[in-house]
Amino acid sequence: MKMNDWKVICRVEDIPVLGSRRVARPRGMDVAVFRNDQDQVFALLDRCPHKGGPLSQGIVFGTSVACPLHNWTIGLDDGCAKAPDEGCTQRFSCRVEGGHVLLDPVELATLALDVQPPRAGPCGE
Amino acid sequence: MKKMKLVMVGNGMAGVRTIEELLKISPELYDVTVFGAEPHPNYNRILLSPVLAGEQTLDEIVLNSWEWYEQNGIRLHAGKKVVEIDRVRRVVRADDGTEEPYDRLLLCTGSNPFILPVPGKELGGVIAYRDIADTNTMIETAAKYKKAVVIGGGLLGLEAANGLMKRGMDVTVVHVMPWLMERQLDDVAGKLLQKSLEERGLKFMIGAHTQELVGGDDGRVKSVKFKDGTVVDADLVVMAVGIRPNTELAEKARLHCNRGIVVSDTMQTVTDARIYSVGECAAHRGIAYGLVAPLFEQAKVAANHLAQFGIGRYTGSLTSTKLKVTGIDLFSAGEFMGGEGTEQIVMSDPFGGVYKKLVIKDDKLVGACLYGDTVDGSWYFKLLREGRTIADLRDKLMFGESNLGDAGHQGQNKAAAMADADEVCGCNGVNKGSICKAIKEKGLFTLDEVRKHTKASASCGSCTGLVEQIIMFTAGGDYSATPKKKAMCGCTDHSHQEVRDAIRANKLVTIAGTMAFMEWRTPNGCATCRPAINYYLISTWPKEARDDPQSRYINERSHANIQKDGTYSVIPRMWGGETTAAELRRIADVVDKYKIPTVKVTGGQRIDLLGVKKEDLQDVWKDIGMPCGHAYAKALRTVKTCVGSEWCRFGTQDSTQMGKDLEKALWRMYAPHKVKLAVSGCPRNCAESGIKDVGVIGVDSGWELYVAGNGGIKTEAGQFFCKVKTREEVLEYSGAFLQLYREEGWYLERTVHYVNRVGLDYVKKKVLDDHEGRKALWERLQFALDGEPDPWFEHDKAQVDTRQFTKLQAEGQEA
Repeated sequence: MKMNDWKVICRVEDIPVLGSRRVARPRGMDVAVFRNDQDQVFALLDRCPHKGGPLSQGIVFGTSVACPLHNWTIGLDDGCAKAPDEGCTQRFSCRVEGGHVLLDPVELATLALDVQPPRAGPCGE
Repeated sequence: MKKMKLVMVGNGMAGVRTIEELLKISPELYDVTVFGAEPHPNYNRILLSPVLAGEQTLDEIVLNSWEWYEQNGIRLHAGKKVVEIDRVRRVVRADDGTEEPYDRLLLCTGSNPFILPVPGKELGGVIAYRDIADTNTMIETAAKYKKAVVIGGGLLGLEAANGLMKRGMDVTVVHVMPWLMERQLDDVAGKLLQKSLEERGLKFMIGAHTQELVGGDDGRVKSVKFKDGTVVDADLVVMAVGIRPNTELAEKARLHCNRGIVVSDTMQTVTDARIYSVGECAAHRGIAYGLVAPLFEQAKVAANHLAQFGIGRYTGSLTSTKLKVTGIDLFSAGEFMGGEGTEQIVMSDPFGGVYKKLVIKDDKLVGACLYGDTVDGSWYFKLLREGRTIADLRDKLMFGESNLGDAGHQGQNKAAAMADADEVCGCNGVNKGSICKAIKEKGLFTLDEVRKHTKASASCGSCTGLVEQIIMFTAGGDYSATPKKKAMCGCTDHSHQEVRDAIRANKLVTIAGTMAFMEWRTPNGCATCRPAINYYLISTWPKEARDDPQSRYINERSHANIQKDGTYSVIPRMWGGETTAAELRRIADVVDKYKIPTVKVTGGQRIDLLGVKKEDLQDVWKDIGMPCGHAYAKALRTVKTCVGSEWCRFGTQDSTQMGKDLEKALWRMYAPHKVKLAVSGCPRNCAESGIKDVGVIGVDSGWELYVAGNGGIKTEAGQFFCKVKTREEVLEYSGAFLQLYREEGWYLERTVHYVNRVGLDYVKKKVLDDHEGRKALWERLQFALDGEPDPWFEHDKAQVDTRQFTKLQAEGQEA
């Protein structure tokens, strides 16, 4: 795929070091983009494989993020839970060019569209 | 590079665990070869008793299958006994002539049963109880013969006797000492145990000396003869009088042995640094351990050094004992016999079959012996290990942790009696069946492992005792641990206290600096240690250390409380629980404007707006126009108040105003954990001051202060702290207590746990007796809180990264 087919999402410094930002999609759940202390950037569906917690809100360390709901540790590079927990969330291709964070628009438009967000409150359950 | 060769002699639990630990941290370093004298893969030796008793099968107790060895590229010589180590050529040789060269050698030869040197010991039908072969012999014998004599009334002997009895044999246990299990139980518990086993059908000969085993014409044992002339018929004699470290091979190789192969803290033999030894054969600081947990700790250390990491040290373990006879609960640890300078607290209910003895020395628990109800064994063992003073809970000690306040597990205290579907862990919804399943399928042994895999007892911890009992019954594991110190997390070996001390002593002011100074193993910590270090820094060096929002949990980063669907809840501050029509109108308007689905009154006398989208948080805060309630933070939450003397016909003091004053003085106060206060205007205590971190109760002549109460997982009534006269004193004493907790508490330790750890006397000395000290504490707290921002309104000053509230757009650049 050519560089100009990728979509510029933000600049690397728009993401806090050891933090993340949420990326809204026209359809489907948000994608979380993470930045570690080596300025590597990773993108995962913003949904923990355990109970759907928003990974974007977790604490980032090494190349992992701890889910804010029940503290599962998810690998940023593969989207998979660290043992002994099991499960993976959708990962998205992500690259950094000239200080810009780029995602693949085809993936954004097609991946994990059916995955439902967790529900809460009187209408939920 | 060519791989080094690691040869392990002995294919038992400690050794294979060492290999597993080694493969985890350094899978590529060695070519591994294992010799095992038994023709089996590694199995759980502790569970031979349930196999003998017919409760489990041999297949079920295999820990590492043949495939495991293959998959990990381990060459296994099963059924070959190593007979010689050539330390000069660095080669081992087995009895069939197989030779393997080594660069590193791991000796895990375990132990041998001790055989009484009596005439007839070589007769047929006379066996020890040590391995699968012995177990099979017993099972086969029980099918053909009737009468069995077990010599030795210790742990192993009783388990063997119980198993043989369950297989239909008529069993007599011969014990030379005055009561059963004399190394683990005192006389009272030993006799209770005997009574209970007699009721099940075992016979006992206590104090009997075996003189001779008499054989029949067929060369098989026929009877046992005792010194007093008594003769007992026997078709099977099981010798279970003790074990000896198996050092034959090591001694032949001229390795220094003294009741075991002598090893250093790195588990290397003192004679030859290329040779390691772990398990029952190893003598560490004069002790050869026979329980699983210490052996696994040794395994971890040995693996660390084999992997050339060079940072682990084994410093010995305290051990505790439980018997694996289904339906009998007993526990002992430490100096359970008492002795000079000790005191004992004893509870005895022989009809109920419950006996508990606690041994105390210098206000510390030094030993425990429990029979019939062991659910608190782990708690006593913890107190014993920590060596903390028990003066303040002495009167409650006997009734156990579960009776200090009880909730969360229906008062269950006998795991064995629970059905598989019964819930063990109420926090995480884990039932007994799924814990047993995980233990069996994943080969778990320790509490930590079970917590990791099943989450049982991983949240509030109130079911820890039950989970440990289940581990005991299912895996035969025990839960001894290295004394006192617990590492903060996997990133370091340092404890919370060591990190706190280092930060203060060395004026560390950044997380990175702390991690570098304390040689963290990970580049930037983890979700456990970073928030803790961040708190230690800002509480130790207020106004100097800079808060790091990325090292805080999401709630303290977004200043709202995350909900299960990723929305947030917002709780504005209402001083002392009082509000106004104007505030309520603004709240109502916000609920409409932002379509907030749930509005709820909280237990802390405030209003909770649930289901707020993250994008709306800033606007919600602004529109409500009330201060941040910190209902999401490890910080001062609320000061709950009753109506007090302004209105109440019983009120003796203006509790509402006192509550407001306290809340205004203490809000924005971060702490190791959440902090809740209450002020009641009279001893009727409508504000529930008795279960708060600091509870204030107005009486006619002033105010009573209670500390370290807790209404959470375990309801803990606050302890009376002091009585003061004035409003200023309430502020000063409360503040000083909380500042002491802020400076000394471990992260996520509530005041009740902090006070339990250091003792109320210590806190009183610091806050009540030392007037200068108290004033200094109160001043330090005021200094720390002075000018602290409200995070809902002063984003910059509170370092709130407002970018988090905006989503980026996949459709293009951020607007």
